[in-house]
Amino acid sequence: MSRRLEAGGTWIDRSKPLRFTFDGAEYEGFGGDTLASALLANDVVDGFRSPILGRPRGVMTDGTDEPNAFVAVLEPWVDLIAPATTVPLVEGLVAQARAGVGDLGDADPSAERIGHVHRHVETLVVGGGDAGREAAREATGRGDRVLLVEERPRTIADAPGGDDITVLTDTTALGVYDDGYVVVHERVRAGPGVWRVTVNDGSRPVEHTIPLPHAMERIWHIRAGRVVLATGAFERPLAFVGNDRPGVMLASSAMRYAGRFGVLPGERAVAVVTNDWGKEAAERVANAGVELVELVDVRDGRAVVRTDGGLRVESATIRETDGSETAVEVDLLLVSGGWNPNLGLWRAIGGGLTYDAARATFVPDGTGPSWLTMAGAASGALPKSAPLWFVEHGDDAQKYVDLQRDQTVADVLAAVEGGLRSVEHVKRATYIGTAVDQGRTSGVLTAEIVNTALGWDPGAQGPTNARPPYTPVSYGALAGPYRGDLLDPIRLTPIHASHVERGAVFENVGQWKRPWYFPRAGESVDDAVERECLAVRNAVGAMDASTLGKIEVVGPDAPTFLDRMYTNRMSNLKVGSIRYGLMCGLDGMVFDDGVAMRIAEDRYLVTTTTGGAARVLDHFEEWLQTEWTDLRVFCTSVTEQWAVVAVNGPRARDVLAAAGTDVDLSKETFPHMTFRDGLVAQLPARLARVSFSGELAYEIHVAGRDGPIVWEAVMAAGRSMGIEPYGTEAMHVLRAEKGYVIVGQDTDGTVTPFDLGMDWIVNLSKGDFIGRRSFSRPDTARPDRKQLVGLLPEDPEALLPEGVQLVLQDTGAIPMPMAGHVTSSYRSAALGRTFALAMVKGGHAMHGRTVFAPLPEGTIAATVTPPVFYDAEGTRRDG
Amino acid sequence: MLLVPCPWCGLRDEIEFRYGGQAHVNYPADPDALTDEGWADFLFMRDNPGGEFRERWFHAAGCRRWFNAIRNTATYEFRAVYRVGEEPPA
Repeated sequence: MSRRLEAGGTWIDRSKPLRFTFDGAEYEGFGGDTLASALLANDVVDGFRSPILGRPRGVMTDGTDEPNAFVAVLEPWVDLIAPATTVPLVEGLVAQARAGVGDLGDADPSAERIGHVHRHVETLVVGGGDAGREAAREATGRGDRVLLVEERPRTIADAPGGDDITVLTDTTALGVYDDGYVVVHERVRAGPGVWRVTVNDGSRPVEHTIPLPHAMERIWHIRAGRVVLATGAFERPLAFVGNDRPGVMLASSAMRYAGRFGVLPGERAVAVVTNDWGKEAAERVANAGVELVELVDVRDGRAVVRTDGGLRVESATIRETDGSETAVEVDLLLVSGGWNPNLGLWRAIGGGLTYDAARATFVPDGTGPSWLTMAGAASGALPKSAPLWFVEHGDDAQKYVDLQRDQTVADVLAAVEGGLRSVEHVKRATYIGTAVDQGRTSGVLTAEIVNTALGWDPGAQGPTNARPPYTPVSYGALAGPYRGDLLDPIRLTPIHASHVERGAVFENVGQWKRPWYFPRAGESVDDAVERECLAVRNAVGAMDASTLGKIEVVGPDAPTFLDRMYTNRMSNLKVGSIRYGLMCGLDGMVFDDGVAMRIAEDRYLVTTTTGGAARVLDHFEEWLQTEWTDLRVFCTSVTEQWAVVAVNGPRARDVLAAAGTDVDLSKETFPHMTFRDGLVAQLPARLARVSFSGELAYEIHVAGRDGPIVWEAVMAAGRSMGIEPYGTEAMHVLRAEKGYVIVGQDTDGTVTPFDLGMDWIVNLSKGDFIGRRSFSRPDTARPDRKQLVGLLPEDPEALLPEGVQLVLQDTGAIPMPMAGHVTSSYRSAALGRTFALAMVKGGHAMHGRTVFAPLPEGTIAATVTPPVFYDAEGTRRDG
Repeated sequence: MLLVPCPWCGLRDEIEFRYGGQAHVNYPADPDALTDEGWADFLFMRDNPGGEFRERWFHAAGCRRWFNAIRNTATYEFRAVYRVGEEPPA
């Protein structure tokens, strides 16, 4: 049966009939319908169930305050949960009722076209009603650029036109943030369609058809000088017995279904109102053709106290002034319990509330950000209302307060009787206000029930706050195009393509992609890493070290500055020499490490860890700009200007010679920890003798663009010597065999140089430096601090998991006192066994003792050793 | 997201900045002259007022300059910004 009027409906287009499917049945509607209006037109009144109790429910509102009529949209786009009152009807729409809870499903967000837009305007108006139109008109009159957003498919008032105003419909302000920053969600929901584009291919026009996506969304990031919230008001329901039965509807919603959509949501109605707007709405519904049997105005001392019926309202019981009750047969009950300004956005940015007794609701009190104003109904321009929120008569457990949470007056009273007084606590006890509608219909009701139960005055406390987003929004829309490769910048070294060609497996180090290992056909990670390590130990290997952070520190005071930043002295470093250095924070904890190369008296190149480059540069800048402003030093990041190839292994010198260089490579003239400028493979290069493997090693620094040429030259020169490219995993094993720490792996911001056994690098006589004073703090000087040690598992095949806790006695009784943890653990080809680095309490005095790693699959016992496992004398490195 | 008035660049989005905590906490001229308690006080203890606060900001993704600001920690409003070395406005 159709409940559509023969004519009328200002929002629908009767020339556009649409077919849609709801819960498996086919129906018809018109262009301009919402799914809710189309369902009401088809007399689908009781198609929904409540989420917890499974009670029959029907459409109660016509907007985002809807607590009942939830659907999943399956075609032509996918929306896992949405109120039917906000779903635009399109041809072929397929939807199913959902009991207020969505399924995650397997929707593919990439099926939608999503973009992000940034926009500056002088004035942003939220809401396309009369107040919004007035605010927009006033702003354009001032010469402002204006953006007006309206969440419904069209503005209610005619929007002002002009070049300076942009009007977005189907567009919701999700959140209002500091200084006029507003995030706005625009939706385009379309039926099947195509774009026809004519392109001239040079000789003749060719027509292309491009399928139109059914759903397009845009997130607008708006910075507005002034924001006007003309967000209107929500009509309030009343809590009485059976107030959740299908056929109970807000009076103004029924009015809009009749006026906008030409739909009568019932035949015979009773209306119960506390205010003139509700009364007028009921009268308009009657004028549209509904038989209004009774208009019950509670200001006359009358009330509707209950409904009865099965799947929908069959009668409403009216209590007269003398207390007598009459049941009236109806199929529609119109309710208007007053009006709440729509304050979700206002409250979330810190706007204040005050109780307005005449309107029996909470209105903005004028306090809030200076750039934010409220207009129209949202500002409290509302009709007066009788202060009625719930009807005393009857069983409280049948008076619904939050329909989407199935919570009743009895539930609120139970929370108060349980000792709760604040609405915030009642909210968390009952979950009222936590559903999709965020308490739009239930918030003020709950507050006033609590106030009444406590014997407090009306308005003693107001509703709980809503939070952004104002309406649900998909993660896909918020992520927009920033996913996959666009999630975060990807940094590639100049040599990257060569590594791809050689089949490297990459790992992420910060934003960098670094070769992790270079597997040959059929090799496992372990196989490849073992082969790469053995090549470096026995012959030669090459690694791309371009990602090392590089900072040029320049100026007459550069030596003084670096002496204050590093724990050791850099001012007496000779030009052409290199020194390893540790940097600490003010708290004395290791912060970063690297080498300093003195290029000229007033010029150093310092390297940092790959992940620490930006942090170290910021640290330098902070001290130079805020503390030591007298120092004449400037710092420049040159990380990406240089490509670095590290050639490590006993044949490294032979490889350099074969690649061709004019630098004298002899040990005597070019010793360890020095650098020389010259040509390598005919390209200008800086050769640095720095070793992170403990083998004879040269770093070749060249201009970034020359990186791939030098890399290939090195690989070609080393071919006959068995050169292997190696990745970060082999690098980690090789450095751990030498006991070289990785800041951030073996340290965690709570480790001093002394904890690492690196007393030799702390120069306490050179004058003050960052962190020095903290070394004598009682906590920093404790003897039982965790200290760096080596571990050799008793079973040479047993691999300790990194991060595992260590105990001194494996008592089996949980918990056991913990003595430390493993920071690095590997299989070593050179040692022919597993080994690890660990931080152990008082570990420096424990060499030779046994510690235990209790694991679910069995305990691993390990002997504590010094952390250097290979070539402790350093003869290979110096060779 | 705040608009931060960089004294070199003007109003910019907060995401371009790094917050630097309380301003005018100078590095002690002679850290050795401080007791452990005095050093810990310098190291760890900062004011945390509700209301006006003199604090440091770093325009990290902009001009890369540190500067000082007077900001209300309750309303987030910037009352003034001033360059390093300048006296805070009254």
